[in-house]
Amino acid sequence: MAQKTIFKDTDMQAVIGWVLRIGVIVSVSVVFVGGVIFLYRHGHEVADHRQFKGIPEFIRTAGGIFQGIGHIRGQAIIQFGIALLIATPILRIIFSAIGFVMEKDYLYVGISLLVLTIIFVSMLSGHAG
Amino acid sequence: MSVIVFTLIILVGSYFAGLLGSLTGLGGGFVIIPLLTLGLHVDIHYAIGASLVSVIATSSGSAAAYVKEGITNMRLGMFLEIATTAGAMTGAILAVYVPTNFIAILLGLILISSAIMSLRKKAELIVQEKNEWAVKLKLNSSYPTANGVVEYSVRKVGGGFVMMIFAGILSGLLGIGSGALKVLAMDSVMRIPFKVSTTTSNFMIGVTAAASAVVYLQRGYIDPGISMPVVIGVLVGALSGSKILVHAQSSGWLRWVFAIVVTILASQMIYNGILGRI
Repeated sequence: MAQKTIFKDTDMQAVIGWVLRIGVIVSVSVVFVGGVIFLYRHGHEVADHRQFKGIPEFIRTAGGIFQGIGHIRGQAIIQFGIALLIATPILRIIFSAIGFVMEKDYLYVGISLLVLTIIFVSMLSGHAG
Repeated sequence: MSVIVFTLIILVGSYFAGLLGSLTGLGGGFVIIPLLTLGLHVDIHYAIGASLVSVIATSSGSAAAYVKEGITNMRLGMFLEIATTAGAMTGAILAVYVPTNFIAILLGLILISSAIMSLRKKAELIVQEKNEWAVKLKLNSSYPTANGVVEYSVRKVGGGFVMMIFAGILSGLLGIGSGALKVLAMDSVMRIPFKVSTTTSNFMIGVTAAASAVVYLQRGYIDPGISMPVVIGVLVGALSGSKILVHAQSSGWLRWVFAIVVTILASQMIYNGILGRI
């Protein structure tokens, strides 16, 4: 009986708790920074969201968002933070899948991958629609 | 109204929404949609997008704490996430075809029923009956209580799974966490102890919301100018709520206040929905 450490459910819980916490802190901080820049630049314009017009053209694609961040545009930074926030629970599934592999619980590796696939298909359906 | 005033109003409103949502256990984004649509005349699609993003923030934030305590049943959560994400994807696709006034009416009805459900008495039920699927899927588990570790079993796995598909559809269609429905499915159908069902529901909400948020993000429902104050306000409000909860003894009267506020807002949503003004 050597001191061989086995990866257990409690270890996975600690890792997942950590992933979720960091994800929320980082993404909301990015949203906050973007918000300050956005208000500094556009704070005195008129707010009108009565009609649905989608979102500004320059933040509709990932490329546009990164370009906007390069130009320090507030809305692009906010949108990047929101994308990080949406990615947080998805990242959690990836970490649980890895955890289940280490526990050799292949049934749950499969279940985790199935959930990831559904989210991926959902992403593609949004692209088409 | 200038952008800065608009942002500040949403920030303050979202803070109180997050605070009350966390104190009553109904969730952060709960009153955000009526606040934005009825109070600030924001288009309901933007309101749904912003609410969904705030739901991800609060559920991930509190799930982080619960998971570490070992109360959350992660296998049960993962398994039921198959149902909730598939439902959420369906709901987000449906949202394009469903008329907005119908969405407003449905949201009003869900808000009222969730508020009523939050008032009911919670009894801890421990079932030891062995469900074949629960054994196969390793769903039976245990959780720590003041009197030591309690073992529990899960029953009616199929019934619970079907209810989760429905909860996912509502979440994707209305931009809410539909935590009340998830808890109901786990409590009354699958007979899981209340503490486990609330934390596991919370654990699933983030993933469920992410499954429809990826669609909303591409459709332009998630507007940075609206989502920014909503996410920050709701999250900070929920954090202060959890700080208060540690000190407060009972939140009985608060549940009543919140239930009444939600019912008034929800009736307004239904009324405006019927008149076709939303």
